[in-house]
Amino acid sequence: MAPSATVAGPPPSGAGLPASPPDLSPRPRPGETLIKLSLALSAGLSVLITFGIIAAVLGPALSFFDQVPIGDFFSLHDQGGRGVRAAVIPLLIGTFLTTVIALALAVPLGLGAAMYLSEYASPRARKWLKPTVELLAGVPSVVYGFFALFFITPVVLQGWLGLEVNFTNSWAAGLVLGVMIIPTIASRSEDALSAVPQALRQGSLAMGANRMQTTLRVVLPAALSGVAAAIVLGLSRAVGETMIVTMAGGAVKNNSLDPSEPHMTMTAFIAITAQGENPVGSADYNMLFAVGLLLFVVTFVINAISIAIVRRFRQAY
Amino acid sequence: MSKMPAEATANGTHTPHSEAPMTTFVSQAGHEPLPKLPPDPVMETKALNVFYGDFHAVHDVDLAFGRNEITALIGPSGCGKSTVLRCLNRMNDLVPGARVEGEVTYHGQNIYAKDVDPIAVRTHIGMVFQKPNPFPKSIYDNIAYGPRVTGMKVDSMDDLVEEALRGAALWDEVKDKLKQSAIGLSGGQQQRLCIARTIATKPDVILMDEPCSALDPIATARIEDLMLELKDDYTIVIVTHNMQQAARVSDRTAFFTAKPDKTTGNRTGQLVEYDLTNTIFSNPSDQRTEDYISGRFG
Ligand SMILES: Nc1ncnc2c1ncn2[C@@H]1O[C@H](COP(=O)(O)OP(=O)(O)OP(=O)(O)O)[C@@H](O)[C@H]1O
Ligand SMILES: [Mg+2]
Repeated sequence: MAPSATVAGPPPSGAGLPASPPDLSPRPRPGETLIKLSLALSAGLSVLITFGIIAAVLGPALSFFDQVPIGDFFSLHDQGGRGVRAAVIPLLIGTFLTTVIALALAVPLGLGAAMYLSEYASPRARKWLKPTVELLAGVPSVVYGFFALFFITPVVLQGWLGLEVNFTNSWAAGLVLGVMIIPTIASRSEDALSAVPQALRQGSLAMGANRMQTTLRVVLPAALSGVAAAIVLGLSRAVGETMIVTMAGGAVKNNSLDPSEPHMTMTAFIAITAQGENPVGSADYNMLFAVGLLLFVVTFVINAISIAIVRRFRQAY
Repeated sequence: MSKMPAEATANGTHTPHSEAPMTTFVSQAGHEPLPKLPPDPVMETKALNVFYGDFHAVHDVDLAFGRNEITALIGPSGCGKSTVLRCLNRMNDLVPGARVEGEVTYHGQNIYAKDVDPIAVRTHIGMVFQKPNPFPKSIYDNIAYGPRVTGMKVDSMDDLVEEALRGAALWDEVKDKLKQSAIGLSGGQQQRLCIARTIATKPDVILMDEPCSALDPIATARIEDLMLELKDDYTIVIVTHNMQQAARVSDRTAFFTAKPDKTTGNRTGQLVEYDLTNTIFSNPSDQRTEDYISGRFG
């Protein structure tokens, strides 16, 4: 028998040192490189597009502030005369009103639905309830706007509740906006709540807590960052939603805080003004971008504030 | 104290320890000789059967847990120790598809009776889990949670928190950081926090499911010492895979095994032998017990 040390070729199976060192040299993997490259490209492209949009908005917005004093923009009333009607505070009020109404409806309902689905519903009920809730998110916003205009205002507000509301008003727009964001808040919050480890629930129940206490005092705080993210996402959608508020919220600048009156929001202003014929470079044209930028900043600030709040209160598990 | 049913203390007819010399052994953990069976059991299981769906997990378990004693449940993996333990405070209610037959009595009252509130049961019978599961709250709030949710009348929550943390031998390590998150503690500290959290609600019985399995030997030794201290005030049931641990801390040991069903092949857990820990480890009456504790089986 030849001594095994002299045998070349693949290492013998089983124990012992291989006769020749195994080949560990790097191998070319062209497919891998290609995939990595194309993935990096798509990631880079989406960042690029975002910055492109910001740049495109920023340019005309800055020229607007060359044409119009900033005090006229952040003003309660349009200046008289034939200049651009620059006051933006009424638009902020409109957005604020509808958004607050939407959240007042959607946060309790969305969170309640999420808590029910995640903590109370049987697995079977949950299996068909959650997709049903999510289905609501697929309803086109023009349908919601129609619904607000021709059902909520005349039938619910004026009819059933007997309120004296305008044909277009912030109640209808805000409430329907709320309905629109319920699925977002419910579904995302449910994800966050279900992600809380079962061990925490067991720990709580084993100490004699009931389900509600467990949900409110252990599960919800533990899921807070996810729940807050869900609410912020809903809020951003409400702030940015255009169709509902344009159709049902009204098209007049209004500084009153009464939701039964019509209020134009920032988004409605953009949608309505964009339809007019404003020559490129005119103050009216540029104002669209200024309001767009403001909308962007408002959303950004809301996000930043909510991140700060969550940092302060979250209970990471 | 006030939580215990009145009939629990009304029983003066049981045989005192010294009058049963034939069945008395010296416990390793205790100092007094113990009778063969707990004379005044705090909890008992009678013909306990547990099913998960169609799966028969535990068959006919009869056990009695003595007051101020530590009872260890041992046996190979999957034989139903955790299942039996979870029946003792109705934690199995939380498992979808779980079904319990037979009786589990607590001071003579069947906790599976129709008119028993499982939440009330759990305020008397606490549980410490295998993996430490502190709430992602401050150390203080972890301890205060139980008393708060159960609406315990507390003179001073600060005192109660200190008492519970001292009881779990954790006070000195955390007294300066009560407001910090419990998640920052080490695994052993977290487990002692979970024990502290449980004793803060002043339960009567403490169930522990492999409480030391995630801990190093030093932390394990601390928790074992703690159990021996706690037994003066509580009745403790512990599941463990550690034979030495069972021998060191427990007064009585129940050995379980899983027997394959002849027709279905399902491995149904059953109680093989229940006796004083001394007897189980020195002179078991069943061959399977002997094989298991000597490491030949399981
Ligand atoms: N939630 C559950 N659903 C279905 N079957 C379960 C469930 N929990 C336990 N079982 C089954 O019941 C049997 C007993 O499980 P149990 O967890 O009580 O064993 P154990 O003795 O604690 O094991 P280990 O020592 O590994 O923890 C096992 O066959 C297990 O698969
Ligand atoms: Mg187990």
